[in-house]
Amino acid sequence: MSAVRVFVGTRKGAFVLTSDENREKWDVQGPQFGGLEIFHIKSSPADPDRVYLSQCSDWFGQQIQRSDDGGKTWETVGNEFAYEGDVGTHQWYDGTPHPWEFKRVWHLEPSLSDPDTVYAGVEDAALFRSTDGGKTWSEISGLRHHGTGSQWQPGAGGLCLHTIILDPKDDKRIFIAISAAGAFRTDDGGESWKPINQGLRSEFIPDPTAEVGHCVHRIAMHPAHPNVLFMQKHWDIMRSDDAGDSWREVSGNLPSDFGFPIAVHTHEPETIYVVPIKSDSEHYPPEGKLRVYRSRTGGNDWEALTDGLPQADCYVNVLRDAMAVDSCDPCGVYFGTTGGQVYASADAGDHWTPIVRDLPAVLSVEVQLVS
Amino acid sequence: MIRVALPYHLRRMADVGSEVKVEIAGPATQRSVLDALEERYPMLRGTMRDHQTQNRRPYLRFFACEQDLSHESPDALLPEAVIAGHEPFVIVGAVAGG
Repeated sequence: MSAVRVFVGTRKGAFVLTSDENREKWDVQGPQFGGLEIFHIKSSPADPDRVYLSQCSDWFGQQIQRSDDGGKTWETVGNEFAYEGDVGTHQWYDGTPHPWEFKRVWHLEPSLSDPDTVYAGVEDAALFRSTDGGKTWSEISGLRHHGTGSQWQPGAGGLCLHTIILDPKDDKRIFIAISAAGAFRTDDGGESWKPINQGLRSEFIPDPTAEVGHCVHRIAMHPAHPNVLFMQKHWDIMRSDDAGDSWREVSGNLPSDFGFPIAVHTHEPETIYVVPIKSDSEHYPPEGKLRVYRSRTGGNDWEALTDGLPQADCYVNVLRDAMAVDSCDPCGVYFGTTGGQVYASADAGDHWTPIVRDLPAVLSVEVQLVS
Repeated sequence: MIRVALPYHLRRMADVGSEVKVEIAGPATQRSVLDALEERYPMLRGTMRDHQTQNRRPYLRFFACEQDLSHESPDALLPEAVIAGHEPFVIVGAVAGG
């Protein structure tokens, strides 16, 4: 029987949750790197025991850890993220030019085919790649230098590149998203990039339909349909059927279309999940009810999934990297909260149970199926 | 031989005890001590100084002989007692809640 591993990054360490395919009984290991912020942990699709982890600290800076045994032991690898060439500037909060400064790695995306190749999305927003298992990192600088980089301006959470999606059908195509700049795509392996924000509308920027400046919170894609993208924006759930060239809103009947994560069912490309949050000023579920919403129609028609989730007095948040789906059948769905709970559903969201309730605030959740 | 006292997280990263000893070939300065420390424990690169600027990370302090040396030149000689190995060069993380 296969094992399911859930990697949980928290404000104070990393945890590995393990179960069999029934996903009923869980073994909880951790904390690893206790006391340090673990922004993201993700395994290589090409080698399930190869795992990359982003550890950071206001005191000691960024570390990248690599495991070759599924997260049992770790090796410190390279942590030098040097912007390539002329560093240049982006806009600061007051509108003045501000030099790019590396702060942390938000997201690690291992290559679909090579365990030694991994991408890193960093703050201040840039995309890096390692081809030697994380020992050394090089910036894919075409992203910052494609033309709009000097206009990017951080939101309150920082100018972070938080989403990296590799197209499984075209190894030259990569999608990324930046808060608060928007979504971007390369079709030539990173040499050139273009903003893909047409159709987004953001009332918090001077021109609500500007080419850049949109606060994209998360993008998700089903690997069988790489031209179909789903987006949780600062406000609005959006959908693109042309690889991001145009977007349309599919928020439909959600109680709030503000939120952070968005995920796609592993076996049903038109089934998507979001966790509505009350507003940009009130980062907790509407009415104190923690509800995952599922659409089986690719958006617009949404149903609340509540069985097993707190339906009173719940005021946690679910961050952008803190939701994941497994490849079991039926599809498992997982999410972690800022209150330290990690919830799992082994039946595509119909029923939920907490795997753990009292971890530090959860920053990220990833899951893998290991034979 | 210079004695260096490390804060908890750096001890854990380097898998060492509370104090390590490093050999310095030339003048014993903050820079040469940190260079030697990073040479011997490569996993500490970037944790005490910024990779590019080599500036001390803002939430770290360097103490020795009951003095704060954090704002001294990185090329200033360390106190005699540190050079003689009687006192450690102490790397301290700023106190903070949360």
